[in-house]
Parts: sequence; C-alpha cells; structure tokens
Amino acid sequence: MNLAVRDIRHNAGRFLLTCLGVGLLLMMVMGMGGIYRGIVEDATLLVDRIGADVWVVQRDTRGPFAEQSRVAPSLRDRVATVPGVTAAREFLFHTIQRERRGAPLRLAVVGLSWPDDRGAWGPLLAGRHLAQGHYELIADRSLGLELGEALHLGRETYRVVGITSGMVASGGDGVAFVTVGDARAIQLDLAAEAVRAERAARVARAARDELPAQAPALLERASAPAGELPAVEGRTLTAVLATVSPGRTAAAVRTIASWGDVSAFDAEGQRALLLGGSVAKVRLQIGLFRTLLTVIATIVMALILYTLTLDKLHSIALLKLIGAPNRVILGLILEQALLIGAAGYAVAYAAGSWLFPRFPRRVILAGDDLAQLALIVLAISLVASLLGIAKALRVAPAEALA
Amino acid sequence: MSGRAPAALEAEALTRVYGEGETRVVAMRDVSLRVAAGEVVALLGPSGSGKSTFLTTVGLINPPTAGRVAIGGVRVLDGPRALTDLRAFRRRQLGFVFQKSNLIPFLTARENVQVALELDGTSGRRARAAAHALLEELGVGDRAEHLPAELSGGQQQRVAVARAIANRPALILADEPTAALDGPRGRQVMELFRRIARERGAAAVVVTHDHRALDVFDRTYEMEDGALRPASPPPAPEPGPSPSLTPA
Ligand SMILES: Nc1ncnc2c1ncn2[C@@H]1O[C@H](COP(=O)(O)OP(=O)(O)OP(=O)(O)O)[C@@H](O)[C@H]1O
Ligand SMILES: [Mg+2]
Repeated sequence: MNLAVRDIRHNAGRFLLTCLGVGLLLMMVMGMGGIYRGIVEDATLLVDRIGADVWVVQRDTRGPFAEQSRVAPSLRDRVATVPGVTAAREFLFHTIQRERRGAPLRLAVVGLSWPDDRGAWGPLLAGRHLAQGHYELIADRSLGLELGEALHLGRETYRVVGITSGMVASGGDGVAFVTVGDARAIQLDLAAEAVRAERAARVARAARDELPAQAPALLERASAPAGELPAVEGRTLTAVLATVSPGRTAAAVRTIASWGDVSAFDAEGQRALLLGGSVAKVRLQIGLFRTLLTVIATIVMALILYTLTLDKLHSIALLKLIGAPNRVILGLILEQALLIGAAGYAVAYAAGSWLFPRFPRRVILAGDDLAQLALIVLAISLVASLLGIAKALRVAPAEALA
Repeated sequence: MSGRAPAALEAEALTRVYGEGETRVVAMRDVSLRVAAGEVVALLGPSGSGKSTFLTTVGLINPPTAGRVAIGGVRVLDGPRALTDLRAFRRRQLGFVFQKSNLIPFLTARENVQVALELDGTSGRRARAAAHALLEELGVGDRAEHLPAELSGGQQQRVAVARAIANRPALILADEPTAALDGPRGRQVMELFRRIARERGAAAVVVTHDHRALDVFDRTYEMEDGALRPASPPPAPEPGPSPSLTPA
C-alpha cells in the first residue's frame, strides 16, 4: 500500500494546486533555457542557412552581423580568383524600421547575389523564390506581411512573392530577402532633395574651376545617378560569401586574410563571432535568472513539503508508534516530493508547449535542456524534502497520543 | 526460569521522573506489574496519577528513569536503555488503542488495519484480505472502505482495536479507549478486549475511568500519585488464566 498516494488522494485539491504552482515556476525555468536556446539559434540561423564556406568582410570588422562592414563590389571578382573558391556571392545586410498600418515594422534586409542566389536555401511556406532582379521580396512569416502585398520602401515599391518561416536575424527581426541591388537602393534610399542639393553643389564647384571649361564632359557627370555621386554612399557590399571546394577552406581564408584590406572567417568563425559577443552576455543574464528561479522553486517546494509534513505529523507519530521503520516515513515524504516534482514538470512542459510558441521571439525546448531540467527537478525535489524529513524523523511516537 | 509460560508483561520497579529542578515531577514511582497471557487488567486512578505514563513506558515510547520491562518473556528495557529495536518490537508485540484520533485520517478503515499488517511483512493482497476479515469480526466490515472521519466514535474504536490486534501482539495497551463513547458502546469495546484476550491469548492493560465496565476485567489496579496498588475491593475473579502480581 502506498501511503504517499493515499495521502495525496485525500488532499487531491491541494495537491493539484501545489503541482500547478510548482509547474508554472518550473515552466519559467524551462522558458529561460528555451529563450537562451532561441537566441543562440536565431543568432546563428542565417549563418547556418546561407551555407557559405568563407565570409569576407571589411578589414578588422566582425561583420556582417555582429557589426557593420563595407567592402567594394569588385571584391567579389577578387575572391572568385582565389584557389579553391568555386563561387563568390555578393551579400548585403542591414536593418531598417518603417511603419506599416500604424505599427512599427522592423525588417532585416538581406541582399542576395542576383541571379546566382534567389534565396533558394530558405524554406518557403508560400509563394516562390525571387524570379526577377528588381522589386521582389521574400518575407519571413514573423514580419506579418501577406503574399502579394506591396511594400513601399524608399522610392520604390516591392511585392511580397514568397513567405519563409523561422528566418530571423540575430536581433530577432524577421528577414526580408531582396536582390543586392534592391537592398542597396533600400539602404541608400535618399530623398530627392538630397540628390538635387548634391548636384547643385557639384555644378557650383565646377563653375569655380577651369577644368569643366576645358572638358565639358566632366560637368555632365554632375547629373549622374544618385548612387554614383561621391557625397553619397558608394556601391558597397556588406560582405562577399565564397563557396570553397572541400578541404580548401583554411587555405582560402589564409590567402584572403593576407590581402590586408579585408578579413575572412569560415562559417565556424562567423558563428563564434555571433555567439561570443552579445549572446554571451545574454547567456550569463539568462543563466543567472534561471539559477535564481531554480533556487526560488526549491524554497517554495521545500515550504510546501514542510507544511504537508506538518499536517501529517500526527499520522507520522502514529506510524512510528505502530512500528513503522524510518524507511517508510522517509518514503512517504520523498515519494510525495518526487510526485510533485514530476507532476510539476509535466505541467511545465504542457503549459510551456502551449504558451511559448505565442511569444514574440523563439523559445526552443531542446531535448538536452529538458533532460537537464528533469535532473534539476529531481535534485530540487530531494533537497526540498530534507526540511520535512528532518521534522518527521524528529517527531516522537508518543506525540501520537497528544 | 520456572516452567510456566512467560508473562505477557513484566514491569519491574518502574520509575519515571519528568523535568528537573523546579519542574521535577515523579510521575511513576517503583511500579511493578506482571500480566499473564490472556489476562485483561484495568487501571484506574485520578487525573495526573501516572496511568498514561505507565502505559507509554511499557508501550516502549516513554523510556523510564529506572526499572525494567520484559514483554512476552523478552527483556526490552533496562532503565532508559533499550535492549532491542523498540520500533520493530512494538510492531510485532504491542497493540495500541487510545482515547481518540487513533487512526490515520487519509487511510480508510481497511487501510488503517492493512498498514499494520504490511509493516509486519504481510504481502499486500493477504494483508488486505486479513484486514477485511478482522473488521468483519469486529462488526465494522461494512464500513471498511470509509475514511475515519466518516465513522462514528464507536466504529473508529473498533477499527483501532482491529489494527491493534492485527499482528497478534502479546500485549494490548489501551488508554481510555471508551472515553469518547457512551456507556453501552464503551462496554462493547471493553468486552471486545476480553474476547480477544481469551481467543487470541493476548494480554491487555486498559486505562479507564468507567467503573461500570470493571466486571469485564480479570484484575483492577489503581494508581495514586505515581504508585500502583490493587483496587479495593478487588472484583470477583473471572474464569480464565490465573492473574498474578509479582512484587519487585
Ligand atoms: N511529558 C511530560 N513532561 C512533564 N510532565 C509530565 C509529562 N507527561 C506527564 N507529566 C506529568 O506526570 C504526571 C502523570 O501524568 P499522566 O499523563 O501519566 O497522568 P494520567 O494518570 O494519565 O492522567 P489523566 O487521567 O489525566 O490522563 C502528571 O503530573 C503530569 O503533569
Ligand atoms: Mg492519561
């Protein structure tokens, strides 16, 4: 006969409430771990999905995600000549915040190397990949954009042709894929007035000079497209991504790094950059919170188990009186602790599975983390029952007569 | 040792002093009592005279300051020193019934009896059947699956008696088991002890204030200020094992 279960059956309501409370606490512990996993996953998602072997960025920067990077478009051709490199792609990345239907809309704009890269490595939920060099956009589901929707960015209008899922930048913003050209246009989205002012300034400078008189063609350059105006940001890229034949990545990285104007990372290095920076701080932050919550859960459980034991003190004395060995009394309390722990864990998992997907950022319940938490719950249950056990072992059988 | 069967209880020169200094109380002084198997003994006495102290001492839950206790021929206490595993000994050789709250509230009547049997090593299914049979025997079989709170006082005491005798103890100790019951029901419980002692060969020491049921007992003792003496006038001896009191 199991005394623990009998007692629980007798106090079913209170036991259920206890399990619910402990469960919600454990759900927080679980969620904290899940949030961290989500951040790590989100941070490295693009790096993992894009599948480039070598990332070439501006010298001494930790770009393109951990910090800004600018490289010249010609870099692509230079990288393509490196031995072992089978393909080199242009890559442009920046984050913008606009407004849509009165609410802020944050887009992590990823420029793809048209026409080699049409975003085919991103999983599509609906629609298609990019099919033309301009004015098309693949949006992540988290952005809330609709297929076919027209989005005004800068002076152009882009149509949403595909919807992906789970594509977010390290900051958690949903990704919008466009061609590199469009990405640049969105980034350099310069007001018409700014362009006009720059052209006027050129003409004015030219008028003070003799050179335009000798070579009138120079003056014509003053009315060149906005992207070619020197005072306006040039046609830069964020990075160049190289695909390298197997086994030659390290050599390619060394070669490119020796150029002096750029830095090169392999995919692992790129991951390390992302995880080593801001994510490391988040990890510590969440880890501390998780530890605190675990301690709180232990204290709460210890108090609950202690009061449950206090309520049973007379029965425990009676059991001792009729000769129950300590093993039986220990079992009674430990089993209840483990049952509360197990039920709480189940509540945490069920509630978390339902609740976490509704959170704005990803909360990932990974198998390893769940197993680790199960061990933590086991430890919590054991530690929490100590107080009750100590009390129960001290009670004298004669107290049954009181 | 003489050829006769060992006494169910042999208490020798028991003394119990509570507290010290200002609060020192001698609750029991030099008490000796021998109860043979099958014998039922009543213990009378005013409040605070030391009856419960005596009962809990021979019940092995209240170590004496001095004196010796043997149960079923086994010496278990020499002064405050235990000569054996008292808890295991209680489990096998002693049965307790008190005034009230004798039962574990979260177990049904049947489970309250069953737990005593299982603690003594009877397997679950056999313990269950035996518990049920015992409750039937004591006339509460139909209440077996009810919680103590759902039983009347008399029914609760019958369940407590069933639990006390479940492991066929050598000695049953009852402290005012009928205090919460009315006259006729109290008498029924006392007669139960009588019957069990006769049928099972167990001895019983019952503390009571109820003088109307004293004829049920083989012998009656009175406690006064911690000392034990035969009650006067001694009730007419009933047929059964011959009672005896061995002086210390
Ligand atoms: N744990 C204790 N600590 C100190 N004194 C105690 C303790 N238990 C009992 N006493 C004292 O010992 C004396 C005998 O108490 P006991 O409980 O044995 O009396 P009793 O005959 O059972 O009384 P009642 O009929 O009221 O139950 C009393 O004076 C009581 O105050
Ligand atoms: Mg008393």
